[in-house]
Parts: sequence; structure tokens; C-alpha cells
Amino acid sequence: MPESTAAKREQLKPPVSNVGIIGWLRTNLFSTWYNSLLTIAMLGILAWLVPPLFRWVFIDSLWNSSAEACRDIDGACWSVIPNNIRFIILGFFPEGQEWRPILAMILLLSLVIYSKERSRWKKSLAWLWLINLIIMGTLMYGGVLGMPVVETSQWSGLPLTFLLSFFGMIVAYPLGILLALGRRSEMPAIKTLCVVYIEMIRGVPLISLLFMSSIMFPLFLPEGVSIDKVLRALIAIILFTAAYIAEVVRGGLQAMPRGQYEAADSLGLPYKHTMRLVILPQALKIVIPPSVGVLLSVFKDTSLVVIIALYDVLKTTMVTLSNPKWAGYSSESYIFLALLYFVFCYAMSSYSRKLEKELHTGH
Amino acid sequence: MEQKQNPIPINTAETAVPFWRDAGKRALLFQIVALFVVGGISYYLFSNTQANLARQSIATGFGFWEKEASFEIGESLIRYSAADSYARALLVGALNTLKVAFIGIILTTILGSFVGVARLSSNWLVSKVAGSFIEVMQNIPVLLQLFFWYAIFYESFPSPRQALNPIKGVFFCNRGFIFAIPESHSAHVAMGGMFLVVLIGGWFLNRWGYKRQELTGKAFPAGRITTALALFLPLLVWAFYGAPTAMNVPELRGFNFQGGLTISPEFSALLLGLVLYTSAFVAEIVRAGIQSINRGQIEAAKAIALRPGQVLRLVIMPQALRVIIPPLTSQMLNLTKNSSLAVAIGYADFVAVANTTINQTGQAIEGVAMIMVVYLFFSLSTSVFMNWYNKRMALVER
Repeated sequence: MPESTAAKREQLKPPVSNVGIIGWLRTNLFSTWYNSLLTIAMLGILAWLVPPLFRWVFIDSLWNSSAEACRDIDGACWSVIPNNIRFIILGFFPEGQEWRPILAMILLLSLVIYSKERSRWKKSLAWLWLINLIIMGTLMYGGVLGMPVVETSQWSGLPLTFLLSFFGMIVAYPLGILLALGRRSEMPAIKTLCVVYIEMIRGVPLISLLFMSSIMFPLFLPEGVSIDKVLRALIAIILFTAAYIAEVVRGGLQAMPRGQYEAADSLGLPYKHTMRLVILPQALKIVIPPSVGVLLSVFKDTSLVVIIALYDVLKTTMVTLSNPKWAGYSSESYIFLALLYFVFCYAMSSYSRKLEKELHTGH
Repeated sequence: MEQKQNPIPINTAETAVPFWRDAGKRALLFQIVALFVVGGISYYLFSNTQANLARQSIATGFGFWEKEASFEIGESLIRYSAADSYARALLVGALNTLKVAFIGIILTTILGSFVGVARLSSNWLVSKVAGSFIEVMQNIPVLLQLFFWYAIFYESFPSPRQALNPIKGVFFCNRGFIFAIPESHSAHVAMGGMFLVVLIGGWFLNRWGYKRQELTGKAFPAGRITTALALFLPLLVWAFYGAPTAMNVPELRGFNFQGGLTISPEFSALLLGLVLYTSAFVAEIVRAGIQSINRGQIEAAKAIALRPGQVLRLVIMPQALRVIIPPLTSQMLNLTKNSSLAVAIGYADFVAVANTTINQTGQAIEGVAMIMVVYLFFSLSTSVFMNWYNKRMALVER
């Protein structure tokens, strides 16, 4: 008898309303009366917004036509992108030399993708980066192997955006570590200097530093010496980023348990070795995810160099739009640019989240 | 074999430690060197600057504050004309920054909390829409967003002559959003005063109600009474003044509208861009704050028969706010700092006015210094407030 009830029980299936599509709809969209209302309201808003947008983007739009053909349509004129793509991405880089920045960018991106894997984080990777950075710099500047010299004033578009964000980050990182160590130092003078620097930089907008770099740096230098405009902006970005990295690294240093310092002390290690061999390797590991976050915000913030008239990818787009032929298609161009930024930023932020999960070993 | 004596002398008080082995002295020396290096670099830059300024014969100092600014500013909270001094122009800029920051902070907090709560909704559709809003807004540079909204407002909206007129007295065109507002009347001042009185009274009422509840256990609906009074009493004042209904309706004269309240496209684009960008970050903060609360807290609150509203107000919020407020203030500060991007779309904030001043007078150092000082003042006053708040919250902690 008990066997037959058990068999019967097995045969009983859950009610249709709890499984499958209907069940999913019930639990996720119509669980209570206000949830149902919310779902219907949301669907209403989407139904009101999406079809006209879809029409504008896909149906009434032109994808690769002349500027004149765009005058007669109601939809988006995406033709502004393919017609100007070379200028938007590469800016004023000389004709015929396009392969150089493109190759440099491909090198950079493949290096970034290669470095994603944690098993590849070794000393050799740092050397690989150094060598590649030199190669990229040579590709951009030229002057050897029959490549004509391209002055930095002609570096523009996406390569400039990458240059400012990656070089900014790479140079700012060691500086930020030093500042963080200084802030945690027991020497009052060093500590004060670092605290004042960090808090001052974090208190002002990046744009004031960029103004400083473009207007005040020339005054700081002795007569006859001038620094390149791109380099000046890069210095401003480095000074700015270092303060933020210092705070990130400080978080990692503070998270180190006291026992680690005490253990290093009891081994008789001097300060230099305590930091280099015991504390920093652990602290820096903790702060990798927030560091990717800093890189992400630096990447977005490089767009501010528009204001001091540097031709990054945003500025080249604006120049395109100032051409009377293509004026008036700002929405299309900005959406394209937003998509470009989104792809890189989203990749970085989801990578940072993934790392956080991986590195969180759970104590 | 004679035992050899240990040749190393024992370190007694008499044998002095060489100064490079004494940690204290070494630290002192190191600090002195560091200060000298920093001082030396500063002196070098300072002397270079002096020489350069002398060569270009630029006068230093803030003497230019008194001079006539001779440039117009699009919008201003105080009366301003081109004949006023630079100091007043800069004040106009600072007030404009405060205006956009103040309104932006309020809207961001509201929208951010709303999206943050929506992200946690059990409703799949709502949660996903909120999630994609957060991802899209966070991952596009704020400057690009500003340009985008400005392009929409400036290029896609019709000229004043073909202005959109969705409801009576409201016009949308590329000169801005123009609304009809009530004609100024002494009744409005009295209504505002009454509202303020009710708010202050409500605060005292709330305190009294809280005390009574502690003593007797009887709750007092202070919040509801205050809300009702705040709505009703100003209306009573309005009726007492004879219920003035005259409206200041915008009218098309020539190429632009006259009268009414105009919100410029620059201001709208700046506000919209900043609010959308920052509220995505605020939403994540709110979500993290709510998620940080232990489920047991909510269950315990329900177990002692608190109503859902009370669970939120008395149990969830006080604990979530402790997690939310510090990063929230830093986002508010970010919004204020990002408002400096106004210069790129032509809204006359402090940086834009200072930039114009630098271009006209050539006082670069003073101009950049002023920008830094103004924003440092905002940041430092915020961190003073934060320290005070953290201390207050720490007292509550067990």
C-alpha cells in the first residue's frame, strides 16, 4: 500500500500555473496586484517609447548614403559615421600612415586581453608591457624604419584617448602607491605633505587641473622651454589620477591585518622590505578591482580634454559635426560615440566585478 | 687553550649609536630632506613664474576684481549687467554653480533612490529596466551625455515661432522651456512664510510626540498632521488674500518669448546630464545599502507587529542610511565638481565665468586658483559635515 501512494505521489505533477512560462510570469511579473500594475505600466511606457525609436533607428534611417540623401528622411542618418569614420577615429594622423595608429591600437587591445587571465600575471608580463609600450610609441611617433615623424599635435581621435588613459594610469599607479605609503607614514612632515596633496586634488574638478596644465604650466617653466600640449594634459591627468589611486591603495593597506606588519618586524625586515615583500603584494591584490574602477573613470574623464582643445575622439566627432554638410546629425554621432565608450567601459566594469568575485576568497 | 674573550663591546649607554642607525634621527633627517626638496621645487617654479610674468608684464593680484567685466551672462540669480565688476560676475557664476548643484542633488537623490529600489524589485521587468538604466548611464562619459542632451534641446527642438505647446501656457523650443507662472503677489510671500512656520512647528510637534510615546507608549501621528497642515494652511492664507489667480503667461514677441519662466537649454541639458549620470551611481549605493541589512532585522521587526511603513522607517532606513550616506555625499560632491563641465555647453557656472575672466584679463594664476579654492571650499565643508555625521552615527552604534 505505501509503495503505491509513493508511486502516485511521483506521478503528481506541479500545477501548470507554477512551472514553465506561466509559472515564470506569475512569480516574476504578476506576483501581487501592485506588481501586475507595475508590469502593465512598464510595458505601456516601453510600448510608447520603443516603436518610434525603433522606426527612427532602423526603418526610416539611412546607413551609408550621401549627406544630401539624408535631408529627405525622418529617421536617423547613420551615414554620418561611415562617411567620416577615418577622421573620427584617427583625426589628423597623416594620410597613408593610418596603419600605424591602427596597429598600435590592435597591439594595445590584444595586450589588454592577454593580461586579463590571472595565471599570466608574472614579472614577464610587465616586461612584455614595457616592450609593447615602446613599440606603440615608436609606431605613433615614427622617425625610424622609414616611418616619417608624426608630431604629437597630430595625434588625435581614439589613439589619443587610449594614450591619455593608459599612460595616465600606468604612470600614476607607482605615484599613487608612494602617496598612500606617505599618508600611512609615521613621519608627520611626510604625512602632512601627502594628505594635503591627496585631499587638495580630490577636492577640485579635473577641469581645473587641465586649465592649470594648459594655461599655467607654460608660466612655471624657464624661458625658452616649452612642453608639448598632449604631454601637459597627460601630466594633469597623472597628477589627478595619482590622488585617487592613493586612496584606493590606502584602503588595501588598511585592510592588512596588524599581524602582517608585526610578523615582518619580528623577522627584522627593514621598512623597505616589509613593504615590498610582505605588505604591498597582499594589499595590491585586494585593490585590483577598485583599480580597474579608477582606470574606467580615467578612461571616461579623458573626454574632458575637449575643453582645452585637444583632439580626442569626442573632439574629432565635434569637428565632423561642425562641417556644414554633416551639421545637424549630432544625435546620431553622439549615439555612435556613446556606443564606442560603452563597449570599453562595460567590458572594464564587468571584468572588475568578475575579478572581485574571483579574488574574494572568503575569510 | 685560553678562551678568547668576546671582542665585541656590549652596547652600554656610553657608546653612542651612530645617527644613521637611530630610527628617530633618520626619520627626522628624511623629513627635512623631503621638505627641502618640495620647498626647492616650489621655489624653482615660483621664481620661473615671477620671471615669466615680469617678462610678459602681467600684473599679479586680485586688482581686476574691481574692474568692469564688460561681458554679458545668459542667466543670473542676482541682477547683473556687463557694466558690473568682475567680482560680481564671479559671484553670479558661483551662484549658478550652487543653483545647478542644489537642484541636481535633490533630483539625483530622488531618482537614484527610486532606481535603486526598482533594481531590487521582485518584478523581473522593473528590475531589468532599472539595471540597464544603471549600466548605460554609468558607462558613458558625462561630458558626452551633456553634449547629447544639449544637441537634442538645441537642434531637435523647433524655433520659438514653431514652439511646441503641449498644454496652455507651456512652450518647448530651442530657446528653452517656457512656463507660465503666477503673477507675483504679496500672497505668495505670506504662503511661503506660512509653509515654513508649519514645517518648524511640525518639527517641534514630532519631538513632543516622540517624547510622549517614550513616556506613555501612545503614538502620535505628527507626520500626518504636519503634512495636512502644510497643505491646508498656505491655501487658507491664499484665500485670505483674496485668492489671486493672475498668471504671467509667456508671449511670443519678435524672435523670442517674453514673460513667464524660462529654463534655458544649457541649464536643462546640464541638469539632465548630471542627474541621469549621478543617479545611476546613487542607485547602486542605495541598492547596496538596502542589501546590507540582515534579513533577520526585517523579520524581527515584522514579528513585533510593526506595519510595513514602520519597518521601513524605524528598522531598515536608520541602518541602511549609515551605509548609504558616506558614499552618497561623495557622489553629491562629484555632481558639484562635474557641474564645472558647464563650460563646455555654455552655461555660465563659476568655471565658465572664471575662464572668460582669464581670457579677458590674462590673470591665469589667479583665475585657476579661484576655481580651486571655490571647489575646495565645497569639498572641505562637505567633509566637515561628514565627520560630524559619522560621529553622530557612531554614538548610535552598539
